[in-house]
Amino acid sequence: MQWEVVIGLEVHVQLTTKSKIFSGASTAFGAAPNSQACAVDLALPGTLPVLNEQAVNDAILFGLAIDADICRDSVFERKNYFYPDLPKGYQTSQMDKPIVGHGVVEIRLEDGSTRNIRVHHAHLEEDAGKSLHEDFHGMSGIDLNRAGTPLIEIVSEPDLRSAEEAVAYLRKIHSIVTYLGISDGDMSQGSMRCDANVSVRLKGEEEYGTRAEIKNINSFRFVERAIKVEAQRQIDLIEDGGKVVQETRLYDSDKNETRSMRSKEEANDYRYFPCPDLLPVHIEQSLIDSLQKQMPELPDAKRQRFETEYGLSTYDASLLTAERSTADFFETCCKIAGDAKLAANWVNGELSAALNREGKALKDSPLSAEQLGGLIVRIRDNSISGKIAKQVFEALWNGEGQSADEVIEAKGLKQVSDTGAIEAMVDEVIAANPAQVEQYRAADDGKRKKLIGFFVGQIMKASKGQANPGMVNQLLNKKLSD
Amino acid sequence: MSLEQGDIAKLARLARIRISEESSEELRQRISDILGMIDTMQAVNTDAVDPMANPHDATQRLRADVVSEVDQRDDFQRIAPATEDGLYLVPKVID
Repeated sequence: MQWEVVIGLEVHVQLTTKSKIFSGASTAFGAAPNSQACAVDLALPGTLPVLNEQAVNDAILFGLAIDADICRDSVFERKNYFYPDLPKGYQTSQMDKPIVGHGVVEIRLEDGSTRNIRVHHAHLEEDAGKSLHEDFHGMSGIDLNRAGTPLIEIVSEPDLRSAEEAVAYLRKIHSIVTYLGISDGDMSQGSMRCDANVSVRLKGEEEYGTRAEIKNINSFRFVERAIKVEAQRQIDLIEDGGKVVQETRLYDSDKNETRSMRSKEEANDYRYFPCPDLLPVHIEQSLIDSLQKQMPELPDAKRQRFETEYGLSTYDASLLTAERSTADFFETCCKIAGDAKLAANWVNGELSAALNREGKALKDSPLSAEQLGGLIVRIRDNSISGKIAKQVFEALWNGEGQSADEVIEAKGLKQVSDTGAIEAMVDEVIAANPAQVEQYRAADDGKRKKLIGFFVGQIMKASKGQANPGMVNQLLNKKLSD
Repeated sequence: MSLEQGDIAKLARLARIRISEESSEELRQRISDILGMIDTMQAVNTDAVDPMANPHDATQRLRADVVSEVDQRDDFQRIAPATEDGLYLVPKVID
C-alpha cells in the first residue's frame, strides 16, 4: 500500500522585544530565577496587562513578509488551563481574530523544485514559565522569568507531505524571522519551538486521517526524525488493523520514538473567550504602510538578486541567503575580493567547513569578512596559490595575524612568479633527475602529461608550494622539449 | 438549553472545584436558567450588528517596549508558601 504523510506545523517564535508582551519586566535570557517576573507576570490580584507596541509591530512585519492580510481589529482571548507555570490559570492568546491572516511561504526542496505552503494564520500570545522537575523535597520548582515573553504562533495548513518538506518549511520560517530581526531563532535556547500535527492516508485518498500532535520539538533534526517515526507508527498501527487516536504525543530523542502524553479529551477543552482585561487592538493602515517601508530585503528576493547581480548558481545563492548573517558576510567579503564566485566558494566551502568543525555560528567566526576578502585578493593577483591560500586561511582562523598580507609576509608565503628564480629551480630539478628526463623525452604526448607531474611536484616541494604553478608548467614544458 | 448532571461534573473538573452532590442539582438548575436567558436573547435579530469582543467603544492602548520593572523577587517570595533557590515550589506536577 502507498501511504501519504500529511503534516501541519505550529511554530512558536519568541520575539526579541526588550520587555514582556503585557508587562515592563525584562525578557533578557539567563537571569537569576524569578528576578524578571513582576506582579503582572505572577498574576497578583489587581494587576492589568498593557500590550507591548513592539510585539504588535513585529507580528505585522511577519504578516507582511508572508503576504498575509493584517487583521485591522484583532482580539486577545483567554485560553484556560491549569498548570503551575501559568499563574493566571489561562494563557492570553488569540483565537477568532488573530493579528495575521492567511499567508504563504515558499519552500525549496533538495531537487531545486519549489512549493507554496499556506499559512492558516499567525497570532500573538504569551509564553509560560518553566517547571523544574528535579527533586525539591518531592515538589516542583517554578521559574517565571519566561512567563509573558511575547510569541507569535504560526499555524500552517496541512500542506506538508514529508518530513523533509516540514524541515524546509521550518528553515524558511527561521530565515524569515531572523531576516526581519524579530527573533534570534535560536532553537537550542527555545526561541523557536515547533508542534507537528501528523496523519497518514492512502495515496489518492481525499479525506485526512486522524492526526496526532507531537509537542515541543526543539531542533531541525528532531523535527525530521519525530515526523518520520510518528508516521511509521501510524502506518504500522493501521496495517495491523488498529486505529489512530487523536492525542498529544511527546518525542523522545534518546529512544527515537513518540509516546502518548495526554489523551483525556477534556485536557484540550480550553474554553476560549475574549479577554476582558484587553480591548480590541486597532491597527491603522498608516502603521502597516510605514512597516512595509521598513521591510528589509527578504531571503527569496536576496537569492534572486545574488543570482542576477553576482552570476551565482541557484544552489550557491540559496546557501548564502539562508541566513541573513551569511548573506551580509558574503557581500562584505565580495566587495573587497572583487570576485563573487571565489568569494561564494570560500564562504560556502572553507569557512563553512571550519565553522562546522568547531561547532561555531558565523557570528563567532574568528575570521572576518574583511580578512577573507583580503585573502581572496591575493589569490586573484597571483600572490599566492589556492593551496597556500588554505594555509593563510588557517593562520587567520587561528589568530596568527591581522590580515592575509600580514600572514603572507610573516610566513614568507608569497608566490614566486619571478621567471629567473623559477627557471633556476626548473634547471636544478632537470639536472638532478636525468632518468626521469630520458623517460619523459621517450614518451608520447599522453604519457608526458602524466610524467610532467613528477617534475611539478619536485619544484613545488623545492619552493615550499610557493612557485607559481602556471609558470612552472610553462617553463618545464619548454625546457623538457628542448 | 438545559444541562445534565454530567455537564456540571465536567465543568467542575475543568475549573478544579469540588461540588457536593446536594449543591450540584441546584447549580445545574441555576446555570440552565442563565443559558435559558441567553436563548431568549438569541431570539433578537442582530443581523445588522457586528459581533464585538468588548462592550466598550474603545481600542487597546499600547506601551513602548521599555523595561520598567525592577527585581522585587524577595518581596514577592515573602508571601509565597514555599520557595527555594529563587524558585517557587509547588506540589509535584507530572504531565
